[in-house]
Amino acid sequence: MDKRTFRVYRGDNERGELKSYEVEINEGMVVLDVIHQIQAEQENDLAVRWNCKAGKCGSCSMEINGKPKLACMTRMNEYEPGQTIVVTPLKAFPVLKDLVSDVSWNYRQNERIKPVKLAPEAKTDRGYVMYQKDVDRIQEFRKCIECYLCQDVCHILRDHDKQDAFIGPRFMIRVASLEMHPLDIEDRLPELKEEFGSGYCNITRCCTDVCPEHINLTDNGIIPLKERVVDRFYDPVTILRRKIFGPRKKKLPPINK
Amino acid sequence: MQSDTSIAIHTRGLGTTLRQDKWWIYPALILFGLTSFLVYGFWSAWQADYYWYDAGVSGFGGYLAPFYSPLLFIKEGVAGAAPMSHSIFGAWPEWWPQWLPPSPSLLILAVPGIFRFTCYYYRKAYYRAFTGTPPACAVGALQRKRKDGYRGETGLMVVQNIHRITMYFAVTYIIVFFYDAYLSFFRGGEFGVGLGSILILGNPIFLAGYTFGCHSIRHLVGGSRDCYSCSMVGNASHESWKLVSWLNRRHELFAWISLIWIVVADLYIRLVSMGVIIDPNTWS
Repeated sequence: MDKRTFRVYRGDNERGELKSYEVEINEGMVVLDVIHQIQAEQENDLAVRWNCKAGKCGSCSMEINGKPKLACMTRMNEYEPGQTIVVTPLKAFPVLKDLVSDVSWNYRQNERIKPVKLAPEAKTDRGYVMYQKDVDRIQEFRKCIECYLCQDVCHILRDHDKQDAFIGPRFMIRVASLEMHPLDIEDRLPELKEEFGSGYCNITRCCTDVCPEHINLTDNGIIPLKERVVDRFYDPVTILRRKIFGPRKKKLPPINK
Repeated sequence: MQSDTSIAIHTRGLGTTLRQDKWWIYPALILFGLTSFLVYGFWSAWQADYYWYDAGVSGFGGYLAPFYSPLLFIKEGVAGAAPMSHSIFGAWPEWWPQWLPPSPSLLILAVPGIFRFTCYYYRKAYYRAFTGTPPACAVGALQRKRKDGYRGETGLMVVQNIHRITMYFAVTYIIVFFYDAYLSFFRGGEFGVGLGSILILGNPIFLAGYTFGCHSIRHLVGGSRDCYSCSMVGNASHESWKLVSWLNRRHELFAWISLIWIVVADLYIRLVSMGVIIDPNTWS
């Protein structure tokens, strides 16, 4: 049994305070356990969003000692004995109460992305012969639990308030998962460049650093998308090739026999 | 017990953070590393001398400092200059401004310089260390005072998109550096090995590790495809993509090894050419 000081944000979107709590820590506890203990024993109206306690629902995103993390996956033994733990809500979003942020802006971004569009000749009830190597890349992006830690840490949203210009890393990789889909023929590059603001990302990789699912958003999602934008708008070699030979026709996987 | 403190959750400003770890170490190391490289690189390029060493033995072979390769033009009569036969276009041009030193290095540094400047890894490094956008994750970024605020790589920095173009040229430098390495294993036409040969050989090897892990190459060899099993060349494309991806995961490592190695090799050849240190080798 070990005593720790927790300083937890209590307040709304405008102002609040870091309120101190003394808590007893048992072996194996995670930060969310401590928050629940404070809620049960000291502060019944402390607001916290949580659900699965297994790092799979993405609900308990918050900032622990200044770092965006899932509270349910942050073990107490990560911290030095005697170290004060500061817990605050996600900084990039409006605070509803205490540790709960309003992340609904993200849902609206998702709606802006064009869904999968199948080529007419690809429509079949028999299914396709899909090879693992063709879906490896997009399966990595499908691991996303939508905790929005990447959106929170992205300085374009967090520090520069560019919500109107940049869609954020989570939705960049959603676009990537659709653009790299073997069956999809939709073209999202013009809006990726203009409306979704791919050029705002300056590759500082914080989104990758905080991802609890260890998705390499930057190298496997955002940079490949930026390279597709370069292909279309900036590289004279690929522009010339397209002018001469026309756009590359997408080859589809074979249909099941 | 600490007292309760009032806090505004959405505060902005460079360095604002609740992080308690030493987040400033990474940007500080980058600042030191890249500044040191830039200072040495410009100093070396400005010298215009002592970039060649063949121990006074004429014939095939010799050490060429990597900051001066390829030799487009050569100014004769300069201490430590390469023989005229190594010049691609001949004698030093008369149109060269008087206020600039006649340094072959100044003619060729732009391509590798811009290639590295626009590299996706180095962008992370210097945006964090030099421009503070942001200095570290969840640490307050430098605020932009202009009306439209932060513009990322959509404003002036849209120039970063020339990375692909410089990559096409940067690949040719690796071929040139491998030729320099081949040259360094000969002196007066006789095969041998010196410490300089090893350093000059390491340069294109590490540079190739860095360049062939480039995100643009990764895109061109296979990243641009959505389906590898749908075409005849898809398998070859996927295998190439996997190879480049392996290097790409080590892009930062190769970026720094190649950067440090080229400085060490360049400085070594300069010092040997000046006679400050003696090159251990099999010729003498």
